Amino acid sequence: MEELGSVAARVGVVWLVLVFALVVLPSALGISLGISEAYMWVLVKTLEWATIRIEKGVKKPQPQMLKSPAANGIIERDETPMEKEIEHLHRVEFEFSDIFYFCRKGFEAIVEDEVTQRFSSEELVSWNLLTRTNVNFHYISLRLTVVWVIGVIVRYCLLLPLRFTLATIGITSMIVGTTMVGQLPNSSVKDYLSEVVHLTCSRILVRALSGTIHYHNKENKPQKGGICVANHTSPIDVIMLTNDGCYAMVGQVHGGLMGVIQSATVKACPHVWFERSEIKDRHLVTKRLREHVADKSKLPILIFPEGTCINNTSVMMFKKGSFEIGGTIYPVAIKYDPQFGDAFWNSSKYNIVSYLLRIMTSWAIVCNVWYLPPMVRKEGEDAVQFANRVKSAIAHQGGLTELPWDGGLKRAKVKDTFKEEQQKNYSKMLVRNGSIGSLSTGTESD
Amino acid sequence: MGSRASTLLRDEEIEEIKKETGFSHSQITRLYSRFTSLDKGENGTLSREDFQRIPELAINPLGDRIINAFFPEGEDQVNFRGFMRTLAHFRPIEDNEKSKDQNGPEPLNSRSNKLHFAFRLYDLDKDDKISRDELLQVLRMMVGVNISDEQLGSIADRTIQEADQDGDSAISFAEFVKVLEKVDVEQKMSIRFLH
Repeated sequence: MEELGSVAARVGVVWLVLVFALVVLPSALGISLGISEAYMWVLVKTLEWATIRIEKGVKKPQPQMLKSPAANGIIERDETPMEKEIEHLHRVEFEFSDIFYFCRKGFEAIVEDEVTQRFSSEELVSWNLLTRTNVNFHYISLRLTVVWVIGVIVRYCLLLPLRFTLATIGITSMIVGTTMVGQLPNSSVKDYLSEVVHLTCSRILVRALSGTIHYHNKENKPQKGGICVANHTSPIDVIMLTNDGCYAMVGQVHGGLMGVIQSATVKACPHVWFERSEIKDRHLVTKRLREHVADKSKLPILIFPEGTCINNTSVMMFKKGSFEIGGTIYPVAIKYDPQFGDAFWNSSKYNIVSYLLRIMTSWAIVCNVWYLPPMVRKEGEDAVQFANRVKSAIAHQGGLTELPWDGGLKRAKVKDTFKEEQQKNYSKMLVRNGSIGSLSTGTESD
Repeated sequence: MGSRASTLLRDEEIEEIKKETGFSHSQITRLYSRFTSLDKGENGTLSREDFQRIPELAINPLGDRIINAFFPEGEDQVNFRGFMRTLAHFRPIEDNEKSKDQNGPEPLNSRSNKLHFAFRLYDLDKDDKISRDELLQVLRMMVGVNISDEQLGSIADRTIQEADQDGDSAISFAEFVKVLEKVDVEQKMSIRFLH
């Protein structure tokens, strides 16, 4: 029994030493040993091979699979505007056929709609050898099944423990590091050390996710005293961005592990955490952010104006609050490559721990980060228009669909005013078509 | 998620739905995937709330009437089979269906069935007649608060008067069909489903 124990202890020590030597040290120093590059190369090759196998295997037995690249949708929408559609039917006034337009729109929305699909994981065109994607691809050929099984073993028996170790080291050193730095008096040394701790820990955490991040246009990187706004897919967005520079975070105070991290980091770095009761007080939020931005020596604030995680296929409405503060906005577009793993946090379905487990048992997190040229509010532009302009820029750069809808619809019901808008449009048309104008003349069409 | 969707749908089931609705195999599997993603209760059926969660449908002035069309009298759940049956009304009529022999049951997407579907949206009390009051209620849903009772009443009167042939001040299905005889119902009441 004792022998078994000492062997286990020795294995544990060797494991930790290896992890430290090969991952933690290089990441702390910001250098790469090329291991993750090699891993990515193998991964890309394997997935390419799998795609070819699937295409071959699918052709005969199940032709419908190949024909249905889920990403292509179910229907082709009719975009004829209501005015044209209904006027077309009209001779003079209301007709029974007026409801056809609303019917068809309703059914189109039932079959396929722009909003709800953004709150569930994007479907892939080809299988990426993870269990949870797409149709039952792993029965296609024996070789594919074998590769899939090997994949499961690698992901759960090798990658998961490695990543778990790294995540633990990363989070612990984040808490310990920031707490220690937090003891120092406010000075430039403290700021410098705080940045070092944040950068180092986020590098370790990125490795815990096997993250490969490509940063583009670094010359536009957010500057001190500015506000960085980005599209939001998952809490790991923060790590992806911090890996290349520090930000002051804005958010709600959480409980549990998140709470511990938050209260540790805020000692070292001027993050702005709000109590749940405070966040509803918009004036207070704006005031605290204004104070922060006014101090040009403070780190740029990082805000996700969508207010909720979207599945990384689109950008939804930007809440106007962040655009009322003033100052320079540094837009950032984040686009993950879904082939290697789904970064989207479907918070209504998974809690944070099971989400992290899913990420850590995926192949890797590959993402592109684009720094866009800074933007300022134009004269005569209100906060909503400015928010939309920034949103467009991010959507365009990230190759994401731009949607006017509020991400809050994930949980809340749509406001009645939208329906009233539709009713108003229809009423206007009735009036214009003369039903009401010709009331006095009676039934001339008899 | 995609994997769950297609593993639970048996081939025989797909065949039956195919026969009943005319949807293709791949359309059925894709619509099943849609069905399961709408099914937040994960119990294989949809409730009215599941439909109302679609924002674009919730803002539709006739949204509630449309949702209602999925639920047979007295039921508050619809399964995939029923979901597909209702959707089938909006399948376009394909060329080979036009020349089909008249022996089999009439397909759900026929002109007459499409018209019947629209008729039932007006016929709130399901007595196979559209009364002035029913028409008024539906008109009110469509215009909201923007048109006065008086004006709307006149529109309803006029519409009924024009379509009513037997003088009972209500519209029967036959009269409804007659009024819409020149309308391209086949196209207006169809969605372009991809194959």
